[in-house]
Amino acid sequence: MSEFKINKTFAEINKKIRDGSVVVVNAEEMIGVTNELGPIEAARKVDVVTTGTFGIMCSSGAFLNFGHSIPRIKANKVFINRVEAYAGVAAVDCYLGATQTREDDPLNKVFPGRFRYGGGHVIEDLVSGKKVKLEAFGYGTDCYPNLRHEAEMTLKEFPDAWLLNPRNGYQNYNCALNLSKKTIYTYMGILRPDATNANYSTSGQLSPLLNDPYYKTIGLGSRIFLGGGVGHIIGNGTQHNPNAKRSENGVVMGGAGTLSVKGDLKQMSPKFLRGASITGYGCSLNVGIGVPIPILNEEMALFTSVSDDQILAPIVDYGLDYPQGAGGPLDYVSYAELKTGEINFRGQQVITSPLASYSMALEIADILKDWIKSGQFLLGEPQDTFPSVPFSGFNSIK
Amino acid sequence: MGSKNVLLIFKSNIMYKPVIYRLAKDFDLIFNILEAKILPKKEGRILLELKGSENTIDEGIKFLEQNHVVVELLSDKVWLEEEKCVNCGACTGLCPTDALSMKRPEMTVSFDVQKCIACGMCGLVCPFGAMRDITLFDPFAEGRSNSK
Ligand code: SF4
Ligand code: SF4
Repeated sequence: MSEFKINKTFAEINKKIRDGSVVVVNAEEMIGVTNELGPIEAARKVDVVTTGTFGIMCSSGAFLNFGHSIPRIKANKVFINRVEAYAGVAAVDCYLGATQTREDDPLNKVFPGRFRYGGGHVIEDLVSGKKVKLEAFGYGTDCYPNLRHEAEMTLKEFPDAWLLNPRNGYQNYNCALNLSKKTIYTYMGILRPDATNANYSTSGQLSPLLNDPYYKTIGLGSRIFLGGGVGHIIGNGTQHNPNAKRSENGVVMGGAGTLSVKGDLKQMSPKFLRGASITGYGCSLNVGIGVPIPILNEEMALFTSVSDDQILAPIVDYGLDYPQGAGGPLDYVSYAELKTGEINFRGQQVITSPLASYSMALEIADILKDWIKSGQFLLGEPQDTFPSVPFSGFNSIK
Repeated sequence: MGSKNVLLIFKSNIMYKPVIYRLAKDFDLIFNILEAKILPKKEGRILLELKGSENTIDEGIKFLEQNHVVVELLSDKVWLEEEKCVNCGACTGLCPTDALSMKRPEMTVSFDVQKCIACGMCGLVCPFGAMRDITLFDPFAEGRSNSK
């Protein structure tokens, strides 16, 4: 006997998607549904909750096979639009990382550097259908004699092009401020001295892993919205840490779970894959991800109805503590407070700005909702789960 | 009453010529200096907010131009390129005047050029280059290279 009153399977939900009777809401709407109906009725009514996030995700890149030249080449150095791609794999395979800078980039020599073009921008250009310049260099072998191969190519001409990201979609993240005496330029944006402003990322109540905090339905094989196309979760991401501190509702109070994702770049769109230039820090890629969460039981209904006031982010000093790997959270603040544009930190009013786009996250969740409702997007049942921690259950599910 | 933010560029030959006070005296315009910068012996740049009737503002601008001041409307020089903006909001916490602000609860970003003082901050912040040509008074355009 199950401990739950409502029990659904992936297969049952997929059957409903096929026959058009599936009920899908986004994670923002789910808050209202559960408040109104209670978790049991909410779980009876709703089959899938869609989530979304759109933010800078540095641990991203494209795995590209550029096809053989004539004569053949074993490339050991590859550049695309003068951005180097790692070529230490098979002959014409390479991995273009999102944060790789262009060969002649002045970096931070004139501080703060602007980092106008890098790996993320190449990926955006590729999905925009623009021509890119490929340069490959080899050392010559009996089987691969070519020493140099150059080509102008569009994405279509690459035999294979995947987005392959080792760590995306952090479950929760720091709220960054700066207690030092000078302005700093970080991957968390520009931070003025003396805690004048604070920046936060993640889409809070819409964020994928915050809606499935113990990774009960999200795992290897989950089918997702990725960069405007369909992709998959291929495992937990690097630095995945289920042991992070959790509040009573099970929500992590800082960076914890992460996702590793893969998808066909040729399906994706520059609207949801954007090259980013972060002043003083480097280049990166904004990635749009949407994960559908099946409401298998009333527990999942409760998890997916988490709201911004119940999610806490740790406040971290990026002026002194973070760079030194010292110190811990200075305090905790809820996303509801962060979203007002101002928080109170040690008696001082601090201006807050988001770094991830909430409106784009909502748009992604809604596109995914439409895909599922139209019957074209079936849920992928995880073939393996992520490392997690035990959950003792909600005290009272009524 | 209308209001326009204009950028005045004084080339070195007229840099020290008194003309601005006449906007008040002869045209009854209220002006508010939003930002000013003089590069010795090169040129001076002043960002002015002009307030008055549409007509007198136009006449005041004509007068300045007759006196060899280059006048540019800020709204022609500085804008938010919506195609590039992802509505992240990163710029809103650093804009000193609320020219860039967040609409709530939609969490979208709007730009009000009438509040903009062309300080250049959003140009540094925006990862996508969505704020165009915010370099009129870019505080980092010069003199930063030795300061790290
Ligand atoms: S930082 Fe750039 S992309 Fe983000 S809201 Fe501001 S203008 Fe738009
Ligand atoms: S230049 Fe940008 S940051 Fe400065 S006032 Fe204008 S909109 Fe705000």
